[in-house]
Amino acid sequence: MTPKIADIRLVASHPEVYEPCDDSFALVDALLADRMNLLQLEPKMCLEIGCGSGYVITSLALILEQDTNSSVHCFATDINPDAVEVTSATLKAHGVHAEVMNMDIASALEDRLSGLVDVVVVNPPYVPTPEDEVGAGGIVAAWAGGEDGRSVIDRILPVADKLLSEKGWLYMLTLAANKPSELCGLMRKKGYASKIIVQRSTEEESLHVIKFWRDPDSEVQIKKTMANRGSPTSIFSRLSRLSFSGHGNANSK
Amino acid sequence: MRLLTHNMLSSNIKGVTDGFPLKIEAGKVVEKEVDMNTDFLKNIFTKIEWKPFVEAAKTLGYSELPEDVDPSLLDSQDFLTKFHHALLEIHLEEGALVCPETGRKFPVSKGIPNMLLHEDEV
Repeated sequence: MTPKIADIRLVASHPEVYEPCDDSFALVDALLADRMNLLQLEPKMCLEIGCGSGYVITSLALILEQDTNSSVHCFATDINPDAVEVTSATLKAHGVHAEVMNMDIASALEDRLSGLVDVVVVNPPYVPTPEDEVGAGGIVAAWAGGEDGRSVIDRILPVADKLLSEKGWLYMLTLAANKPSELCGLMRKKGYASKIIVQRSTEEESLHVIKFWRDPDSEVQIKKTMANRGSPTSIFSRLSRLSFSGHGNANSK
Repeated sequence: MRLLTHNMLSSNIKGVTDGFPLKIEAGKVVEKEVDMNTDFLKNIFTKIEWKPFVEAAKTLGYSELPEDVDPSLLDSQDFLTKFHHALLEIHLEEGALVCPETGRKFPVSKGIPNMLLHEDEV
């Protein structure tokens, strides 16, 4: 049986809301590719940051719903007031539920949801743009990422780290221009291992979906390396490469 | 908006030190039936701030929850049914969430809380 995901014909739309596109499809493909692991994880709480049309959170809810033994509670946030309404309509059209909220990243959830979220998914505004376009509101907020497309991503990562439970996973879509290996290095410093689970090049952009999970070994390894060798900068570049090549098997859970 | 969500939201206006729990101004309240999952309820029970939860349920017109709880209640089918109903089936559709410190109102419309801050609140 083909796993169920959101039906593009049932996704609601609005002129000020980003429609599902290659990046959204890549992220859902990543969730599908990792579906058996997701079902085994038995997540209790999931969160999408920047839900836009609702295509991704609806797909996630549908994927998880197929495991009848588990029950999952999904949250979805977006800074765009039109987007949260569109997400709500998309969820309804598919007969699934998520709690949709209008906020910047997860600002009103950070305190209480800290350490409770098992799955965080993010398709961030990743397009490199002038800094003043970031947070301009409306549909621009869906893509404007500032320098290297990193302005919002760099704010999201510490939030995801705070919200994720011990066993929690983060799936994040990135563009090659976002320097994904550097992102993996940043997360490694926080004790996360990472793995690219979907890679896709279109005519316009090269997309990766990276999965992050807490790996106690990576933290230990970093401390040891820091103690034994050279400056943090040289370690940083080495670890960035490591996160792409050396840990592909660490996720065979 | 479910009461589970209310239990997870705080006011994060700049300078506010204790933005939890948000007070509720109830306009329209609706009920939507969902299947009960005992494992989920047992898992989430420890994460719920109980007193604010009971207060919130009362504000939305449901006063069947016990004031005090302990984990042994999770063996009671009667308790689980009430907990499930209050946590997941009662929705605040229209109304507002009010910051306990500043009184700032966050509107809830079509079941969606608007927690966006103004520039001078960030």
